[in-house]
Amino acid sequence: MDSPELEIVKRTAALARLEITDAEARTLAPQFARILAQFQVLTSVDVEGVEPMTGATRLADVTRADEPRASLPRAATLANAPDERDGFYGVPKTIGGGS
Amino acid sequence: MSTAAAGVVSGQTGTRWIPVIGLEVHCQLDTRTKLFCGCEYSFGAEPNTITCPVCTAQPGALPVLNSAALEYAVRAALALNADVAPVSKFDRKNYFYCDLPKGYQISQFDLPYCTGGGIQLASGKFIRLTRIHMEEDAGKAIHDRGDATLVDLNRAGVPLIESVTEADMCSADEAHEYLTALKEIFQYIGVSDCDMEKGSLRCDVNVSVHPEGEPWRTKVEVKNLNSFRNVRASIQYEIARQIEAYETGDPAQYPEQETRLFDVAAGVTRTMRSKEDAHDYRYFPDPDLPLVTVDAVLIERQRGLLPELPVARRARYESELGLSAYDAGVMTAARDVADFFETVVRVGGDPKAAANWIANDVLRALSDPDVAASSILELLVKPNDLAELIALVGDGTVSKNAGREVLDEMLRSGARAKDVVQAMGLEQVQDTSQIDEWCRAALAGREATVADVRAGNLKAIGALMGPVMQASKGSADPQLVRAALLRIIGEEG
Repeated sequence: MDSPELEIVKRTAALARLEITDAEARTLAPQFARILAQFQVLTSVDVEGVEPMTGATRLADVTRADEPRASLPRAATLANAPDERDGFYGVPKTIGGGS
Repeated sequence: MSTAAAGVVSGQTGTRWIPVIGLEVHCQLDTRTKLFCGCEYSFGAEPNTITCPVCTAQPGALPVLNSAALEYAVRAALALNADVAPVSKFDRKNYFYCDLPKGYQISQFDLPYCTGGGIQLASGKFIRLTRIHMEEDAGKAIHDRGDATLVDLNRAGVPLIESVTEADMCSADEAHEYLTALKEIFQYIGVSDCDMEKGSLRCDVNVSVHPEGEPWRTKVEVKNLNSFRNVRASIQYEIARQIEAYETGDPAQYPEQETRLFDVAAGVTRTMRSKEDAHDYRYFPDPDLPLVTVDAVLIERQRGLLPELPVARRARYESELGLSAYDAGVMTAARDVADFFETVVRVGGDPKAAANWIANDVLRALSDPDVAASSILELLVKPNDLAELIALVGDGTVSKNAGREVLDEMLRSGARAKDVVQAMGLEQVQDTSQIDEWCRAALAGREATVADVRAGNLKAIGALMGPVMQASKGSADPQLVRAALLRIIGEEG
């Protein structure tokens, strides 16, 4: 049975599609634990009556009109694609797993 | 297995099962540009030609909300009698998939722009909406061409509203009716074309079953249903599959909480992923997007844009115009048809006749390649043209059958009814002396039939009508012919 920290590291890596070795996970686990402990300090702050923050700015309602702007030429869009096929991005075969 | 009233399904063991169904419907908004960038989406464009740094997630690109998308979303909420939140926010829904370039989808999690509302079914049952939220669409991944998956990001960033119902439905029919009503409303208010074939309306269903009187059981989600028929078929299949699984009595075979996909060809649902590898979306507020507020001015402006909705129109057509429930349904199913119908009636067309002509002849013409119109608005026949034709048939100038020929010509050439009638010589002969002449000619040599009629067999008159109509080349008014035949037979008796 892995420690809770090790579990978190492995799960987070899996969600981020990062391949990490067991040794790497063991190195990262205590570091994770320290980071999480640091954030744990925040739970000691009294937030009674304080409105939850929904963002770091005080901006609201920044919108634009529904007016088209030129899209990029396809060649430019695909210029960085490692594998371009017939105007598509080619990626390793992946079925399922979408939202 | 048999279905009884109120959604109860009787299983093999005699248990009365209650299906519980909820729907999640994704609907593309018909804005010109995408939700957070100025790319002008159009379905079927060449792959990756409608993208920009924002919707392909280039580093440093920042999303800016399309104000029209917010307006459309608010209008949809109002049409469903839902509450629009004064403040909402966008969150990141994190998952990795090749059609999602940012690695997250911008959606709304705990502060959606809209809650509540719903749709009343014909039975009076109210299907409650839990919420509606705005989000961006993902791109498209194509798996069936060669050894790679092909990705087209044109659709990435197109605005969607996702409406989520409570699990208030208990049959495939109810789900179908709800979905139909939702689609009609969105089309009426002009926020979406709701074309399932183009993917602008997509539906996920949640289905569970439990014995009557017992608590709800495990729900199964069926994803990405792209036709009304598939929605219905997948629900029916899931209900039957789950009941069968429970009735084995073997807990190992009971339905699991999982996501399934509907296999259209086989007509079955199949496991897509189970709870163990369920996504952990790690939602958090998108720091790139500030809060969205909706004030009374925006709400009232959108409320002012709401047309009379299909349910209200249907009721009015039945009560005020005397249409049958069926005809009222056909006339109101699409807003352009309803508007066309109302214009015909406004310029004097008889409502029932107008409904018949539209349902039987005008709408059918839309599938005629010679007519070449994809909507009723594109037809060469305008509402006042149809009203004129209805009047000509109504006053006996042309027969109903000749009227059809006239309409065909009008649809092809755009000519007016009166001109077509004249040009084709279709005016019914109402000159009684001419009709009498044809009748006398027809009676000659048909003494047996005449005797039959005299003996009281009025049906036999039909055998005499034929020759008269033939002699007149179809131009005689059948009612006048019938009256004339009876009169002459009577006189000569």
